Amino acid sequence: MSEEILTLLKENVIQGRITEEDEGIDENLSGPGAVELTEAALEQNIPVQDIVTKGLTAGMDIVGQRFSAKEYYVPDMLASAEAVSAAMDILKPHLEKSQVETKGTFAIATVRGDIHDIGKNIVATLIKGAGYEVVDLGIDVPTDKIIEYVRDKKPAFLGLSALLTTTMLFMGEVIEALKDAGLRDTVRVFVGGAAVSKEFAAEIGADAYCADGFEAVRILDSVA
Amino acid sequence: MPREGLLIENPFERLSKDELMHIHNASLELLTDPGLICYNEEAASIFADGGADVSPLLDTSPPCRIVKIPERLVNEAVDRSPSKIILGARKPEHMLVMHGHEPKVHFVTGSETNIWLDVEFQDYAGKTDPSKEIRIPEFIARRGTLKDLCTSARVSEHLETLDGFIRNVNIQDADITEDNKDVNKVFASLDNTTKHVMVGLTNIDQLDNVVKMAELIAGGKDALKENPVISFITCLVKSPLQFVNDTTRSFIEICRRGLPVVVSSSPQAGTTAPIREAGIIAQINAEVLAGITLGQLVNPGTPIMYGSVPVRTRMDTLADSYGAVETSQYNIDCVQLARHYGLPNYSTSGVCDPKIPGQQSSVERLFSNILVTLSGPQFLHCAYGLLDCNSVFCLLQAVLDDAHFKMIKFFLQPARCDEGEIDAMIRQIRDVAATPQKLYIRTIRKVLRSGLLSPPYPFEGSADKDEVFARANDRMEELLKKPVEHIDKKTTEKIFKEIPGILPRLNPN
Ligand code: B12
Repeated sequence: MSEEILTLLKENVIQGRITEEDEGIDENLSGPGAVELTEAALEQNIPVQDIVTKGLTAGMDIVGQRFSAKEYYVPDMLASAEAVSAAMDILKPHLEKSQVETKGTFAIATVRGDIHDIGKNIVATLIKGAGYEVVDLGIDVPTDKIIEYVRDKKPAFLGLSALLTTTMLFMGEVIEALKDAGLRDTVRVFVGGAAVSKEFAAEIGADAYCADGFEAVRILDSVA
Repeated sequence: MPREGLLIENPFERLSKDELMHIHNASLELLTDPGLICYNEEAASIFADGGADVSPLLDTSPPCRIVKIPERLVNEAVDRSPSKIILGARKPEHMLVMHGHEPKVHFVTGSETNIWLDVEFQDYAGKTDPSKEIRIPEFIARRGTLKDLCTSARVSEHLETLDGFIRNVNIQDADITEDNKDVNKVFASLDNTTKHVMVGLTNIDQLDNVVKMAELIAGGKDALKENPVISFITCLVKSPLQFVNDTTRSFIEICRRGLPVVVSSSPQAGTTAPIREAGIIAQINAEVLAGITLGQLVNPGTPIMYGSVPVRTRMDTLADSYGAVETSQYNIDCVQLARHYGLPNYSTSGVCDPKIPGQQSSVERLFSNILVTLSGPQFLHCAYGLLDCNSVFCLLQAVLDDAHFKMIKFFLQPARCDEGEIDAMIRQIRDVAATPQKLYIRTIRKVLRSGLLSPPYPFEGSADKDEVFARANDRMEELLKKPVEHIDKKTTEKIFKEIPGILPRLNPN
């Protein structure tokens, strides 16, 4: 029985179905989606660890393979990531209880003066789908608000997004402010956005530059 | 079920109703003054018997007549010309059904070119970064052969957007003569594609052999009438306003056999026609109407297409310039005129001036392909693979053209904005607006797999490389490996037994 639920959960992640109302890719797949199946799995006392590894991560692995094989496109990848995110939201309290270590918190913000958020939102979804806890601080976020958050919540990772050559300078400002507040060593800073480059990231002393969300997940998984 | 064709919902037209009538009246005026010079005696007497004013033109050699065609004859001819024309095919699903009033486009190859262009790719080291390989195509020209024509027909079978085949390679093998050319080119075409084949005859004496071959394939005389697997194209009028002797003779004979035929005129604006739009259009319209009138006098009810290939001349050489923007304007005007008469139209687009594929050829052909398609000709000789104003054929270019026509066809799908669709979209917008991220990305997925989304450019390169030619070449190699359904063994044997002159190397048995 538990095997069956986890297989179904995995299939729903592959299909990117969050709830039973969602359409997957395969028209024939109906019934409970990732959310309902995760709830059912908890009810049947399936270990949280198994739900994550045998259901969610196993499904995401296949999605990744299909994406590399060009069978899946970015929208599919995102749909699956969203399904995983929704399941993770349900599992969160249980994960804390069962003391399963999470992969860490990734706080993300579009910096001061910049309202672009499409890329930031995609990156957030993908990172959450990869099993990280993601906190979205929003757009046009003032530097002191970011510092305050880092001080209070101690996220392992901080992602900064900027699409304007003018606003990308505030990424450097954030890093300097982190140093001034004595917080620079507590958090790894990831930067991205069309205006940003690897060189610029190095110049301002960021820990990583990512061309897209996939690269972000790759780098995160290698350092987490 | 015939081939679908591409219906143009709101065809693009340049001429207002008044302008169109001015042109029509001007053409009628030209048909009586100056009339047409006729170098074919039989045509002159057919016109005279039909009621045209025919008088000898003095002091000419060869002897010729002036034919003045009154409006009444033209009107009768247009009335008698069928508005619906069917072009058959070896496979019934490749039949073309055309209505003169319906702007539904069928895309066809053409015309006969002397030069076949092969392509080879060479790799060079980059100058700034020698580790970077740059792949450059080299085009090698040579004379076309019978084998090339077979190859071209075979690949045409697999070009998805292509609806019919006009032989596009002039066969110049040492053993091809004026007498055996027609039977060889027609057999090579018919044997290598199951789509419709349109033929221009080299030697009128071969007409009966060609028709006989088509009858054997279609299954008899009546079967060929029902399913005309071949049709003919004739340029009987030479601009300005002259019936030439031999092609007029061919045309008369073809009409007598009742097979579908195109009356095509190709005036060159600047040399054989006025360079100004109103002039060339009034003239070409008169020329085509004159041809159609002759055809309907020979055999009332003959399926005749209004064929218009007007072109502007280049100012440096006075040669044809299909790449000139005006060429598309002229062609579009003619499409509109043919539709006014309710006659299926044979039009032209896609030929270009440069000798090899490249940026200029891409721009010129896509430009005219889009615009002339929008005007809604029923039979568009859209020059898959033709370069250098009809002199050069390149298979690689034909493969590119096919991909580009797919884009044009995609674009011309009707809009879908009915009530159900609008309701669904309002719901979608509300749903997404209520989410924190406000992105529609999830909704793409269904559309992505439904065929409703245009595919990416098929020959896109990777990173900073333009690899269009190399990728199109891969596609071409793929198509070259695909088999075609040849004419069945028994019929082939019969053809070789009953029709003289077909070279043994075309016989697979
Ligand atoms: C869409 C868009 C807008 C939309 C934004 C809608 C929205 N919800 O975000 C609107 C119309 C609102 C907009 C406004 C403006 N825009 Co604008 N915009 C764009 C555009 C066309 C696309 C951006 C985009 O969404 N791309 C798609 C996403 C998926 O890509 P992405 O954002 O780059 O994100 C990916 C990666 O970069 C990376 N990434 C991004 N962030 C992060 C963060 C982390 C931590 C990581 C790991 C990775 C990562 O991963 C993402 C996913 O793969 C760009 C052009 C461009 N080439 O980028 C201009 C562009 C960025 N905009 C520009 C400008 C000038 C403006 C305006 C100033 C215009 C104006 N005069 O009003 C305003 C900005 C106002 C402001 N204060 O911010 C310029 C910037 C030029 C410059 N100086 O740098 C651009 C480059 C256009 C141009 N060539 O002129 N814009």
